[in-house]
Amino acid sequence: MKSVKKHSRISRLVMTSLTFLFLFTFNLSAQGDAKAGKSLFNANCAACHKLDKKLVGPALGKISERRELAWLKAWIKDNNALRASGDADAIAVFEEYNSMPMSAFPQLSDADIENIVAYADADPVKKAGAAVVATADTGVQEKGSSDWISYVVLLILAGIILWVYFKSDNGFLKIAATIVLLFNIAYFGFTALMNIGVDQDYQPVQPIAFSHKIHAGDNKIDCQYCHSSAKNSKTSGIPSVNVCMNCHKNISEVSDDTQIASMGLGKAGLDKEIQKLYKAAGWDSEKLEYTGETEPVKWVRVHNLPDFAYYNHSQHVTVGGLKCQKCHGPVEEMDEVYQYSPLTMGWCIDCHKETKVKMEGNGYYKNIHEDLSKKYGVDKVTVAQMGGKECGKCHY
Amino acid sequence: MASNRKYWKSVEELNENSSIVAKLEENEFVSDIATDEFLGDKETLEESSTSRRDFLKYVGFSTAAASLAACEGPVRKSIPYVIKPEEITPGIANYYASTIADGYDFANVLVKTREGRPILIKPNKLANGSTNARVQASVLSLYDSLRLTGPKVNGNAISWSDANGQIKATLAELKNKGEKVVVLTGTLASPSTEKLIANFAAANGNVQHVQYDALSESATLDAFQEVYGTRALPNYDFSDASVIVSIGADFLGDWQGGGFEKSYTAGRQVATGKMSRHIQIESNMSLTGSNADKRIVLKPSEQIFALINLYNAVTGENLPSKATPKDADIKNAAKQLKKAGSKAVVVTGIQDKNAQLIALALNNALASSVMDTAAVKYTRQGNDADVQQLIADMKAGKVGAVISYGANPVYTLANSADFVAGLKKVKLSVAFASSEDETASVAQYALPTPHYLEAWGDVQISAGSYSLTQPTINPLFDTKQFQDCLLDWSGSSEAYYDFLKNSWASDVLNGTSWNQALHDGLFTTKVEELAAKSIDVAAAASALKAETKGGAFELTLFASTAIGDGQQANNPWLQELPDPLTRAAWDNYLTISQADATALGFSNPIQDNGAINGDYANVTVGGTILENVPVLIQPGQAKGSFGLAVGYGKTKAMKSEMQVGVNAYTLAKGLKLVQVASVEKVGGTHKFACEQLQHTIAGRYEILKETSLTSYNDSSLDPKESWNQVTKVSLKHEEVSVNDVDLWDDQDRSIGHHFNLSIDLSDCTGCGACVVACHAENNVPVVGKHEVRVGRDMHWLRIDRYYSSELDATSEERTENVNTTSDSVSDYYNLEVPAENPQVAFQPVMCQHCNHAPCETVCPVAATSHGRQGQNQMAYNRCVGTRYCANNCPYRVRRFNWFKYNENSEFDFNMNDDYGKMVLNPDVVVRSRGVMEKCSFCIQATQQVILNAKKDGRKVAPGEFNDAVACSSACTTGALVFGDVNEEKDEIVEKKADKRMYRLLEAIGTDNNVLYQVKVRNTEEA
Repeated sequence: MKSVKKHSRISRLVMTSLTFLFLFTFNLSAQGDAKAGKSLFNANCAACHKLDKKLVGPALGKISERRELAWLKAWIKDNNALRASGDADAIAVFEEYNSMPMSAFPQLSDADIENIVAYADADPVKKAGAAVVATADTGVQEKGSSDWISYVVLLILAGIILWVYFKSDNGFLKIAATIVLLFNIAYFGFTALMNIGVDQDYQPVQPIAFSHKIHAGDNKIDCQYCHSSAKNSKTSGIPSVNVCMNCHKNISEVSDDTQIASMGLGKAGLDKEIQKLYKAAGWDSEKLEYTGETEPVKWVRVHNLPDFAYYNHSQHVTVGGLKCQKCHGPVEEMDEVYQYSPLTMGWCIDCHKETKVKMEGNGYYKNIHEDLSKKYGVDKVTVAQMGGKECGKCHY
Repeated sequence: MASNRKYWKSVEELNENSSIVAKLEENEFVSDIATDEFLGDKETLEESSTSRRDFLKYVGFSTAAASLAACEGPVRKSIPYVIKPEEITPGIANYYASTIADGYDFANVLVKTREGRPILIKPNKLANGSTNARVQASVLSLYDSLRLTGPKVNGNAISWSDANGQIKATLAELKNKGEKVVVLTGTLASPSTEKLIANFAAANGNVQHVQYDALSESATLDAFQEVYGTRALPNYDFSDASVIVSIGADFLGDWQGGGFEKSYTAGRQVATGKMSRHIQIESNMSLTGSNADKRIVLKPSEQIFALINLYNAVTGENLPSKATPKDADIKNAAKQLKKAGSKAVVVTGIQDKNAQLIALALNNALASSVMDTAAVKYTRQGNDADVQQLIADMKAGKVGAVISYGANPVYTLANSADFVAGLKKVKLSVAFASSEDETASVAQYALPTPHYLEAWGDVQISAGSYSLTQPTINPLFDTKQFQDCLLDWSGSSEAYYDFLKNSWASDVLNGTSWNQALHDGLFTTKVEELAAKSIDVAAAASALKAETKGGAFELTLFASTAIGDGQQANNPWLQELPDPLTRAAWDNYLTISQADATALGFSNPIQDNGAINGDYANVTVGGTILENVPVLIQPGQAKGSFGLAVGYGKTKAMKSEMQVGVNAYTLAKGLKLVQVASVEKVGGTHKFACEQLQHTIAGRYEILKETSLTSYNDSSLDPKESWNQVTKVSLKHEEVSVNDVDLWDDQDRSIGHHFNLSIDLSDCTGCGACVVACHAENNVPVVGKHEVRVGRDMHWLRIDRYYSSELDATSEERTENVNTTSDSVSDYYNLEVPAENPQVAFQPVMCQHCNHAPCETVCPVAATSHGRQGQNQMAYNRCVGTRYCANNCPYRVRRFNWFKYNENSEFDFNMNDDYGKMVLNPDVVVRSRGVMEKCSFCIQATQQVILNAKKDGRKVAPGEFNDAVACSSACTTGALVFGDVNEEKDEIVEKKADKRMYRLLEAIGTDNNVLYQVKVRNTEEA
């Protein structure tokens, strides 16, 4: 049975907006070139370097205290040439790091490199995470205003009906009130019954606090980088741990200001979550090697279609060209994924009735399209008109 | 012509006074629903302690409880791989080319795997592969939970290293003493394994390799070896034949390893206007005989003389022989053979070297181009003399060790007791087996071998055609290949895979790519014709004449279409597959002619639920009595002969439901399948599970249409007026074809796909591969013997078998004459004559996907509806089980789930088994109790084809749908063709326009999407 806490979406929305606001105001106070440097650093350097500790390459924090800026520029643009010129420092660094050559970055301008160095020199900020967690704890527990209104309306309605029954002598009003009451009961009863088995907003607690917001939202990783079978297969595929390790081999801890506010997880908490991943993958983050002792992650499935309904992701993603968000909602804003759509048959059919089939440029539809326009003079047909409303297309 | 032909399905139907047949014609559900049992009796109702109030309370409570329970769904886990294998994408099937070679069936196949599990076997058409029912079902045998899970010594578990160590020590001891080690195998036909055995022999001294086939072709091999110098079987390309005479050879069945149906039907393509003429001389009604143009019924001993007489008539020689009752027919056959010359061929299944020599001589006399002595077959290698010698040696204590592999002699030998006694005297007995079968349980060491889907291997099915077997799943159990062990015991540390690869590189591939060969599954080389020595036919004939004794009753043992030699007897799909001729499942039985049955007092009364009962007989062969064999009357059985299928009566490593029938191998004395026998009626009633009688055709004989090749080729005949007559109706006082009248508005079906399935009744041999393929693809449940008996079988696709007898003028006159005497005599006459040697037609029937479907209009909840691609769709989750649709279906193709067949211990078949469930197709729902189901035109497969085309941005290629749908892709002969009639290049378009095309019961106006092609027989005597 589902024993999960369903977070109020509104309260989380408020909290996330507050978080954004806080971060934004904080970032305003940072230096101009260091800020530009940060994004350059993240884009080009972060795969192999950290500021405060060794990764593939050396730690870069306060690098200007150790190296000349000119040397750095020469090294970054073409370290191979620098080594070839016989620069002793360059050769020493190269040998210290297992003779693994660093990629050359000829595309970076001098100004870019100065920005990166400025970012590396800047004092890493530690306070942000703690501050935000504090805000989250005192997070506003407001109800949405629309809920308030409906409750008030209901209360007034109930009051009127009670008054009619016990205070009024008007027979007509009593009958009218009874009818209203019955209609209401029927309406709410029907709605309640129809919602049995509909798990909209289902938000289970996952074994690893994986935030889609951090990955897909903040870091803009394409959905299909991880859910790669969505374009090929009927299932979108939960990524196997080796896909996570493509990046997390290098990202063993989050940056200081990363946090999942809604769950009260700051850097310390999230780094622990990454360790869970390492445990699953059997990755020894000290020796930087696989131990071979693996343990699959038992994710809790969020979207459960009944067995008798056939759904194929590739049909919708590759052929139909739908965005994942169409059904899954703003996943890139979700720290914890919840079921955004009701996933009822009515919901499927409604979309099939509205959506036009994307026929242009697909050789499969060429003849069908020509025949249709020749015979019926139509240019566009909906999915439902192409048979997307037939029982047998999804139930077999 | 259809008009003067009567079709019937059981001898009972020939009896016009049978009230049961009349009743069966009226009812869809033959047994009454038992409402009266609990509502009819007023007293019990009143006595019942449950008041109406209580009843309502229970209803209320259970409804509330059910709704509350439904509020919360279960938490489901999604567990991805830690490291995803590169070739696996969840949800996408992978196909691997492989080869089955289990000693009985040999075929190049494609294995469909999903998420690393094999779930379907398809013929590898690029490697000229074909599949029969057993090959199709072999994927389920992989998931047999009664397989041997680890090595055992004397019944106790042991580790592989200990077992190998002990065996190696014993072998070394035997080598020192110079004692003989015998490797006893079934037919391997594997070049690398034979090389391995030779290496093993070199390492271990006195080693002999004995090959043993339960259904032996030793006589043919001996004969061929004598004439051509190679121990092999001649191959036949029947597509090249214009006259085929078969004497007791069931070449559309398992004869010499089977696989001839493709070339046979290729030579009988009606559209070309030419068909080979096929004359079958046999005693049992076989699959081949039922497809023959002319079937001559002779007892086995008479068949031998028929062969000699045929030889004499063709060559003009005068070999010693005897007259047979059908000599006129044989002379006629000889005339046709001579006329056809090199396009003629004679094949025989007589298990006698001399008979086989005469057949070879006859083909050489005809200079037959059909018989191929270049690409000779290796699908049977057993040597009877070696086997009998081995048993004698074992009993004499002359054998030190017996290592058996791919054979189960304790079950399949008639003198099994001798074998077991001999085995007890052997110092080391090792049985490699997939389950703890009869042999494995008496051997000291029972070593589990992997299923062919888990193993490496190679096969040379015919000379020059090398096939590879590759694993498609990790071994399910702690198994080791026979070959790996042999390598170990020969002192090699090489793995068999490396050995196989190296031996292919050196012996087969000739420098070409191993990976390519593995991908294709087949590698072919050129082979040379073998030179023939002269044959002493006179000596052969006189020896035959001297040896052939015959008897009042002769028994022919045969392998049934479903179970074969019995190694897959624990496979529920095969047990549930009805025999193509008797339509009986879950059984073997003595087949007997109507005349003999009447004389010996056997009968098959039909019950009012359509089921058949039978008597028991004790069958005696040379002092051995097989007790309580059920007796079934088989129309077309030669008088004075019996038939009995082997492969049943197995008890070891078998689920209790599957332990059916009697072990007929006990009667195959001296490995001979023909025996003089006697029967004796004993008490008791046997309940058969026959399928077709429940579905009566209610006198609508136009369901099956057939004609002769002469009429087909006669351009003066209008098919629509003659052999493919369309029912006429009156419209505005004019006679018009029924197809021109329609109650319904027609819909535009010209845009997009529109699926049709064409079934060529001429090409369908009735082999049943499509039935099993349908089970595998669509998760069709197995329901067991009792449910089949009462007409609740779940086959979405059934192959109806109709007997027919030409009511020619003479027989009609005869009947009239007899009618004037008395009713009983006329009944007897009606019954007797047609049943003597009827013609047979097979008709696969599945949901006809009517464009104007009667089922759709009566469903109260719209659970069955029509798709624009032509399918009649069935939404199981919507069905409430009223069964109106089945009642309204003119074709009786809808199947009702009377019970929950999955995870129900009452139906302990593959769906109630953790291993067996692994074969389920994840794209198709497993239906629950109380819903109707039926053929879906494999909508999951057609949708997948369409989706693949959409993703690639291309049109669907012609033939793509045909290869995706289970039944049509499994069909070896091309009888089933599936396709899109809106795609001009699709073969189905031609089929739809063919003059042979008709729809079942066209007069009803259902406008079916399943098309039939009129059966054509080459009845003309040349």
